[in-house]
Amino acid sequence: MTPPALTGERSESPAAHPRTARAQAPPEARRRRFRGLVTITLFLLPALVLFTLLVLVPIAVAGYTSLFKWNGLGGLPTQFIGLDNFTRMFGDEIFLGDLWRGLILIVLSVTIQLPLALGIAMLLNQKMRGRAVYRMLFFAPYMLSEVITGVLFTMILSPDEGLANQVLGAVGLESLESEWLGNPSTVLVSVFIVMTWKYFGFHMILYLAGRQGIPKELGEAASIDGASAWEQFRYITLPLLGPTIRISVFLSVIGAIQLFDLVWVLTSGGPIHSSETMAVTMFQFGFKRSQVGYGTAISVVMFLISLIFALGYQRYVLRRDTEGAITTMRDQR
Amino acid sequence: MFATAALVLAGCSSQGGDGAADKTASEKVTVEWWNIATTEPWKSLLAEQAKAYEAAHPNVTIKNVPIENEAFKAKIATATQSGKAPDIYATWGGGVLQQQIDAGLVKDLSADTASWIGNFTPASLQAYQFDGKTYAIPDDIGMVGFWYNKALFAKAGITEPPGTWSQFLDDVKKLKTAGVTPIALAGKEKWPGHYYWAYLAMRIAGLDALKQAGADHDFTKPEFVSAGEHLKQLVDLQPFQKGFLGAGYSTPDGQAATVSNGKAAMELMGQWAPAVENDAGKGLGENLGFFPFPAVEGGKGSATDAFGGGGGYAVGANAPAEALDFLKFLHDPAQHRKVVESGAILPVLKDEEDAVKDPNLAVVAKTLASATGFQLYLDQAYPPAVGQEVNDSVAALIAGSKSPEEVAQAITETAKSE
Repeated sequence: MTPPALTGERSESPAAHPRTARAQAPPEARRRRFRGLVTITLFLLPALVLFTLLVLVPIAVAGYTSLFKWNGLGGLPTQFIGLDNFTRMFGDEIFLGDLWRGLILIVLSVTIQLPLALGIAMLLNQKMRGRAVYRMLFFAPYMLSEVITGVLFTMILSPDEGLANQVLGAVGLESLESEWLGNPSTVLVSVFIVMTWKYFGFHMILYLAGRQGIPKELGEAASIDGASAWEQFRYITLPLLGPTIRISVFLSVIGAIQLFDLVWVLTSGGPIHSSETMAVTMFQFGFKRSQVGYGTAISVVMFLISLIFALGYQRYVLRRDTEGAITTMRDQR
Repeated sequence: MFATAALVLAGCSSQGGDGAADKTASEKVTVEWWNIATTEPWKSLLAEQAKAYEAAHPNVTIKNVPIENEAFKAKIATATQSGKAPDIYATWGGGVLQQQIDAGLVKDLSADTASWIGNFTPASLQAYQFDGKTYAIPDDIGMVGFWYNKALFAKAGITEPPGTWSQFLDDVKKLKTAGVTPIALAGKEKWPGHYYWAYLAMRIAGLDALKQAGADHDFTKPEFVSAGEHLKQLVDLQPFQKGFLGAGYSTPDGQAATVSNGKAAMELMGQWAPAVENDAGKGLGENLGFFPFPAVEGGKGSATDAFGGGGGYAVGANAPAEALDFLKFLHDPAQHRKVVESGAILPVLKDEEDAVKDPNLAVVAKTLASATGFQLYLDQAYPPAVGQEVNDSVAALIAGSKSPEEVAQAITETAKSE
């Protein structure tokens, strides 16, 4: 009953490869490489230990817990149920609804929130009076905490005395008045409006920074060649902003997948689950219903969705942006 | 850089000193006490009592930690899941406490309280006793009923509170005709909605049927479906305030504030309703009245059965003996009476009813004292998953997305899976 890792065959094979690969290198270089490795290990070790303890171990524990039926109390879980939590999840209309609502929020973010941020960033890149003040004002919501934003907007969107309906009423748009957060058909849009208010400033700053990295000469040369303002934007600014836009889309999608605090304060996921996200469902089961096993299974799926998206996005979309960096590094070595 | 290091070192050394002091003076004991007294005058009264106890027992430090109700539920869930319960913590008993007991987190108080547990009324102890053992000390007991605005009822021409469900529905119609929003409801929070279904189930199916359903994991009896149908009759009248599905309970535009500011005629709420109303809005003063949940014609339950719950204190399994001694001090008739007199809580000790000064709360205490039966909140009585499913399904029924049959079905399914 020797574990496979202890048998001679297994332990030899990983060691054999580097030996053959490095055999050709002169002893001087080998020693230098070894010392380099020691230095790297020493510098990485503290961070690596922390990363393992605080990130890798919890992920492994969550993966393990998700295979149990467990109320979270009393030591370790004991009732093993295999993948039942996962089959239950994909038969649960609330969870399937979470996926659908998450997709809606992602699509809305990418098609409305980000272009809006881009437009404002372009406007604020023009020379104008009080530019710094505008930039600060638009960025301010991002600095508020999610909870404060949530409380603020529950008051603004309150159906009876809320600012939103009062303003609409005052300018004669009574027909647009709504119950906002109290109506299953408007609640998701309302949440999205709050999200946009909260996060567009962040993306705007990203775009502004990216825009300022584009040399002026390119625009000047284009305008001498007779390019209109739109053509300059379309053929010079937009392509050169590519890396920034790709990163901002990435952050926006990951943020939408993990959305919790804003929704929790605004609606707690209601009415009748119409604004519930995966993270809210996870909280409901983990903390309110004390079905920690099932709640953990939801968190595992959330993690996998984010991971697959992140890896796929880096592989296929961010490749162009990261490739340069990696190849230069390889050349130097 | 050096300065930072020095600071860190200083921090470490002072912490080490504290720990050493704790160990050498073995008499010194700290009792951590999690309670939900975040409103005045309750909060200050408890702080005073803790100080008084400390003065009499110089070796004991009471670490008084008041936490807001909803935040407390989340915090205690996290604490108990990590395997540690505070020395003393607020509990509502029932299924949640049962789970904590099963996990070995709660001290069995039966033997140590034998000499003074007889001071409490039987109804107040019900939620904390399992298999003849006592696991928590009751502190407050109350019931849910309708809190109504007398002026708005008069405006709609209603001379006396309804005694039956059909009279109640008639009054709702009268209020609507008079242009008054009949009922305020916090749809966002779900638990206030479950009161309606629970009371209807008590009146139609009876207390024993509810207990039996919990034990059998079966809520599909026609009586439970009928409870949903009766609630649907009410919902179909559209009695609730505008946007109620998104309304909170104690928020500035929530259920309590809506009643408190005279924008709705009544709410179905526990004994704390007047306090929260005064906190969240203008308050109704003399115009506030209380009536018990009406009887349902032909139902098996009695109209004098009460639904509600209280608060109590459980003692963590590893708590020092001083924890229970402090609880004994808090529930000494002289001490407990002070808090009851402030109006923060209702009597749990025998012969304490006369301490209730507020006329409305006196009605609650009297109704409770003469109640023929008592049912704990369903979201506390049953295991958490079942309780939350009751809340969730009833919320869906009120929002119109689940039928009475589907509610009974959904609760049964969750109960079976527990």
